[in-house]
Amino acid sequence: MPATPIKQVSGKGVFVPGDDIDTDRIIPARFMKCITFDGLGEYLFHDVRKTESGEDKKHNLNDPRFAQASILVSGNNFGCGSSREHAPQSILRAGYNAVIAGSFAEIFFGNSINLGVVCVIASDADRKLISAAIEANPEVELTIDVENHKISFGDQSVPCEIKPGARDSLLSGNYDPLAELLEGAGDVAATAGKLSYMQA
Amino acid sequence: MSKSLFEKVWDAHAVRQLANGQTQLLIGTHLIHEVTSPQAFGMLRDKDLTVQYPHRTFATVDHIVPTNEAVEPYSDPLAQGMIEELRKNCAENNVTFFDTNTGKQGVVHIVGPEQGITQPGTTIACGDSHTATHGAFGAIAFGIGTSQVRDVLATQTIALNKLKVRRINVTGNLLPGVYAKDVILHIIRLLGTQGGTGFAYEYAGDTFDNFTMEERMTVCNMSIEGGARVGYVNPDETTFEYLKGRPYSPTGEAWDAAVAEWKSFASDEGCAFDDVVNIDATEIQPTVTWGITPGQGVGIEENIPTIADAPTQSEKDSIAEALEYMQFEGGSPIKGKKIDVAFIGSCTNGRLSDFEEVAKYVKGHKVAEGVQAIIVPGSQVVAKIAEAKGLDKIFIEAGFEWRAAGCSMCLAMNPDKLVGDQLCASSSNRNFKGRQGSPTGRTMLMSPIMVAAAAVTGEVSDARQVFGFKS
Ligand code: SF4
Repeated sequence: MPATPIKQVSGKGVFVPGDDIDTDRIIPARFMKCITFDGLGEYLFHDVRKTESGEDKKHNLNDPRFAQASILVSGNNFGCGSSREHAPQSILRAGYNAVIAGSFAEIFFGNSINLGVVCVIASDADRKLISAAIEANPEVELTIDVENHKISFGDQSVPCEIKPGARDSLLSGNYDPLAELLEGAGDVAATAGKLSYMQA
Repeated sequence: MSKSLFEKVWDAHAVRQLANGQTQLLIGTHLIHEVTSPQAFGMLRDKDLTVQYPHRTFATVDHIVPTNEAVEPYSDPLAQGMIEELRKNCAENNVTFFDTNTGKQGVVHIVGPEQGITQPGTTIACGDSHTATHGAFGAIAFGIGTSQVRDVLATQTIALNKLKVRRINVTGNLLPGVYAKDVILHIIRLLGTQGGTGFAYEYAGDTFDNFTMEERMTVCNMSIEGGARVGYVNPDETTFEYLKGRPYSPTGEAWDAAVAEWKSFASDEGCAFDDVVNIDATEIQPTVTWGITPGQGVGIEENIPTIADAPTQSEKDSIAEALEYMQFEGGSPIKGKKIDVAFIGSCTNGRLSDFEEVAKYVKGHKVAEGVQAIIVPGSQVVAKIAEAKGLDKIFIEAGFEWRAAGCSMCLAMNPDKLVGDQLCASSSNRNFKGRQGSPTGRTMLMSPIMVAAAAVTGEVSDARQVFGFKS
């Protein structure tokens, strides 16, 4: 049973500067000592947001002007590093449902799409336009149009990219593949039957 | 038509095409650990699903185990809770668990090969990005997220896009004092941290032909640091020799049949690759990272780059951010940076050969005053053999702490952590901000020998000079 299709996401944005934002930064490992994902939202970008004594650092993510944001705008190679799904889970649980970046690390991208977190690629120049618009007016509404490869904000609009397979999954509501994988059980058994190391 | 190993293994495991164009891929071997599996078992319970092929899933505990505390309950109740949850999930689902009392526990990427579970021509997945390690055996091994761990448990498959293949040929003999770790740090420096996005890396050339399995594992381990989700070496006699007689390796007639099958998976002579990169092994120097991504490395005789050196604004920004975090000056030599901590271990360099090599050189040396140096075996099996050979005594004599098996200071999920802005010479694989537990802690990646050299001199040093390598 597919989930609700995701054709577009709208919301306010917040700019998180930097390239190579790794998953250790998105959710530091010490907060992963848990057996459920509940509560992870609280630690999103913890060390970027807090000093060692727990006070807020000066950062867009702490700025009340961007408190309503639900779309992250960042740099290249976003989500590099570990395969921890804790990263997109914490993004989702902190109230964000989309990321606009220059590029994404592969495992992070896959994990995010599975959860319905929309990840789209926009050029350096276009992301600059977007972050400038947010900076000028934090209330500006961004709309990521997955179907038409477009991000609009105010009276501007820029192109964005998303892998065709991921786009299809979002548009059809099949971004969580489990149901479809389960349907293939017969074919799986046939494939496994041909491999000697799969035999019990 | 001639094919690469990647294509052959992919084709043998492709179940069918999914509606969005992805492939439903059979995962022959599933490795799990305590950090990324409990939520997956939880999702299974929520959906009333069971583990489909329990005999193909193997578990161990590594990230959270304290390496200096032998008995449970551990002083950290969260860690205790995680190990108990894994125990429960494995027992309920008939999954083999290499628990701490089995003598086989260790870092998942060390345990799989050492038990003979990792085999050529297979697909392997684990909720851990360093799963490419197993590619050293000619397996296609993927790091996956927790929802995919759920998918593998429930269906033994994942939905995946096919990767392109880049062949990386390294030819020639490594200079004395240059190791497999330097090879991969060099490759990442050359191709960048995102150079491998969308690719599987096939490592080849006579440098790899001459490598031991442990050296091949060190390189494959860090594929993800270059952006490649998969990295592998074609199986050969070295591979078969390593696997012979391991607990999960086939025996008798089945062994001969398996070897014949394994050989057939190797890339065909002259098959096409999407990209080819050639590297001269003699150009590789002992390499040390100076920044906050594994691609920010330099040869030991080089200087740290300056902001002005960078051609683009975004590279200038990255260098500036790294220099600020590392508290280094652009243009200064990497050599001579004073370290606080030395760590030898992890799934990159926590194997027996790493310890044998280090022991050979540190004998007769002493860890410098003010430096904490710890050596952590990657598994209980490694620990036992190392101890039988007396390596632990050599290390302790030299002033290192000899610990129990686990991930330890590779990441901050157990008591081994940096404090404040300590600078650590580390044989692990990631130098991200805060990776080693302190939000301001600083990590420099290098080979185990280079870590040992830094430990005994108290600063980043050229191991060839410290230990008198003959060139
Ligand atoms: S040793 Fe480090 S990289 Fe390897 S599995 Fe453990 S934490 Fe991950």
